Amino acid sequence: MAVPPPILRISGIGKEFPGVKALDGVDFRLLPGEVHALMGENGAGKSTLIKVLTGVYGIDAGEIELDGRPVAFSGPQAARQAGISTVYQEVNLCANLSVAENIFIGREPRRFGRIRWKEVRRRAAELLAGLDLDVDVTLPLSSYSLAVQQMVAIARAVAVEARVLILDEPTSSLDASEVAQLFRVMRRLKEQGIAILFVSHFLDQIYEISDRMTILRNGRLVGEYATAELSQVELVAKMIGRELADLEELGARPPARGGAPLVEARELGRPGAIEPFTLTIREGEVVGLAGLLGSGRTEIARLLFGADHAGTGSVSVAGRTAGLRTPRAAMGHGIAFCSENRRAEGLVPGLTVRENLILALQAARGWARPLPRRRQDELVAKYVAALNIRPADPEQLIGNLSGGNQQKVLLARWLILEPRLLILDEPTRGIDVGAKAEIQRLVAELSDGGMAVLYISAELEEVLRLSHKVGVLRDRRLVAELENDAGLTTEVLMETIASGARS
Amino acid sequence: MNAVARHRLFWPAVTLAGLLLLNLVFTDHFFSVQMKDGHLYGSLVDIVRFGAPLILVATGMTLVIATGGIDLSVGSVVAISGALACLRISELGDQGSVGGVLAAVGVALALSLALGAWNGFLVAGAGIQPIIATLILMVAGRGLAQLVTDGQIITVNSAPYKLIGGGYWLTLPFGIVVVAAVLALTVFLTRRLALGLLIESVGGNAEASRLAGVRARGLIVTVYAFCALCAGVAGLMISSNVSSADGNNAGLWIELDAILAVVIGGTSLAGGRFSLGGTVLGALIIQTLTTTIYSIGVPPETTLLFKALVVTLVCLVQSPAFGRKAFHRRARPASPRPAPDEKVKVTA
Repeated sequence: MAVPPPILRISGIGKEFPGVKALDGVDFRLLPGEVHALMGENGAGKSTLIKVLTGVYGIDAGEIELDGRPVAFSGPQAARQAGISTVYQEVNLCANLSVAENIFIGREPRRFGRIRWKEVRRRAAELLAGLDLDVDVTLPLSSYSLAVQQMVAIARAVAVEARVLILDEPTSSLDASEVAQLFRVMRRLKEQGIAILFVSHFLDQIYEISDRMTILRNGRLVGEYATAELSQVELVAKMIGRELADLEELGARPPARGGAPLVEARELGRPGAIEPFTLTIREGEVVGLAGLLGSGRTEIARLLFGADHAGTGSVSVAGRTAGLRTPRAAMGHGIAFCSENRRAEGLVPGLTVRENLILALQAARGWARPLPRRRQDELVAKYVAALNIRPADPEQLIGNLSGGNQQKVLLARWLILEPRLLILDEPTRGIDVGAKAEIQRLVAELSDGGMAVLYISAELEEVLRLSHKVGVLRDRRLVAELENDAGLTTEVLMETIASGARS
Repeated sequence: MNAVARHRLFWPAVTLAGLLLLNLVFTDHFFSVQMKDGHLYGSLVDIVRFGAPLILVATGMTLVIATGGIDLSVGSVVAISGALACLRISELGDQGSVGGVLAAVGVALALSLALGAWNGFLVAGAGIQPIIATLILMVAGRGLAQLVTDGQIITVNSAPYKLIGGGYWLTLPFGIVVVAAVLALTVFLTRRLALGLLIESVGGNAEASRLAGVRARGLIVTVYAFCALCAGVAGLMISSNVSSADGNNAGLWIELDAILAVVIGGTSLAGGRFSLGGTVLGALIIQTLTTTIYSIGVPPETTLLFKALVVTLVCLVQSPAFGRKAFHRRARPASPRPAPDEKVKVTA
């Protein structure tokens, strides 16, 4: 089969940040009508490469060719005009504007300077219909699910004459049916000859949708492969640069432990968020929570941490009734909570890695008892090494780190406190295989050391691999509590989620 | 050299130096500082001395802005504090009594503190937007000050009170000593203790800070109270300097100068990182500008325009977006993140 000339070709791209070589001599080409996966661990240079392609960053070396002609983008606007559109991981739209407004914002069809609203709505509806999406374009974007918002973002991206569509982690917050819908849209765009660059941490999705892939590691090109010719195991090995054996050593979970009950929630509930539930977490036990997005997993975590006020019920910690009215109070009882929403509820941008890392400890001590700088440096050095945080520079701004490394910093923020119960809400979402395995192994170690863990994840395999006990949620109700014994499989879990009863 | 030029305080420092040098051209012996009767005299000393109230107010404002807030009421607090102190002193049998003056000062500062706590409560407790919450006191506070003075200008004749704004201590104008003390205290609280980190964290991401166990509410109330306290001290200084309290005009528009000083000093109005050193530089720039206007003989009616021009220049020079456009230094941001295009509001 003759390879058509690439739409986009870059060669020898280099990009350096102070102290970091983010990209080093990377070649890459994108053919028309293909879905091309960009693979690599966190910090491998995927985000940087995307930002180079979209004109956010300039380059230090190499060249970019579009349709065989060398180009230099002066900014995101220029890249967009040249036909390269991007949809980022977090939806970059205005939730308070209508769907139609979002699609055409900044390029509304006009007549005599007046916006032609009818035309805006008609064309928006057409575009979305072309993507098999039936939504009322006059409603505010916020009235739709994240998945629909993502499609709207894609519609916006292709509304201009896009030749290249870059999708950066578009599926990380979608459930299975939403992903299927997204893939339908992607296939349709592909048929129209649009080249799609796709970034995702879900290997199954990569294999389902992509035609070819380019793998990066530590800012260097590992290679370009046809998806059909590279097995998943080979792919992972190439991404992390080592053999898979150490990833697979996390086998099936040992049987449940009989530690003393640590946290007992009795009929704890919050109207409109989660029906009253009863749950016991023992010392050294990992309790997994499984359920669909919005089934009440996060709500349980927030109630146990005092992030929201409970409407009913009570919680006791180590046998004593505990009033968990604020996060601070919960921290006083040795409870820690790592939110699923890193950006909004975890990171403090503008502060350094060190400052983000010690924040909870310092907050617990109060402002009048500063943590001595030497102690800070010791703690930070210890956790940067233990969790393999890269780059290992504590004075780097947290925003300069990749997602997985930011997640590790947030984990470290809580581990410093040596909590008795660690609540992790989607700790591995949007991070790569290597970091994921590290975090999973860490959770197993912590529980071996006696720490109780409440582990929330959309990935059932992950929940099964780690938990001693699994709580299943459906429609804001804790419907079942299953011991993780030999009989429990992902199929059983899925059935329980679907039917809401123990099978 | 490059590292120096990239320092946050490079441009404010250059501006200040430039303004001072400009003065040297128009005023002979501008830099000379003399000792007369055991007191330091000179144009430089005057700049710091007359700039003292602004530095104080701007110091408090820095912390408020770092939490992501703003305090428009400082001017009114300046007026109230001065008015109340003068009222209490004027009611004294012996206006020279140190105890009586101290009591008056104490009452004025206590009220300032209470007003600040009120602001903090509106912002953190009631969840009102800072600009609205403090606007209430900005408007009502002027009325309060007039009530205190009964609409008149209260004049006092008290030697101990005069010391605060017009006196000397160990060869230095007393106001400079007060400013130095307040600044030292602020630096100690924020940088030696952990207050600064917690303030920056609340300003950077309030929800994340709450979930990390930071008592954001108490912190915000404290910061607004501290800001008002600084304004209260500034009010004492201003009224003491002229031995009278004018509820109408004392501290008029000082909130805008203070915000300007903070912004020139490189603290973002969006909250987060703050720089006390930058704020002091900013306040000194504004005060030097006022001095310069007199010394180079700008016609009084164009004074504000001239001030606005200089401030616009300072802000433009500091703006990364403008720098890129003006000098065509694009495509190579120095940091991995694109430089934030901070919007700088010009108010003068």
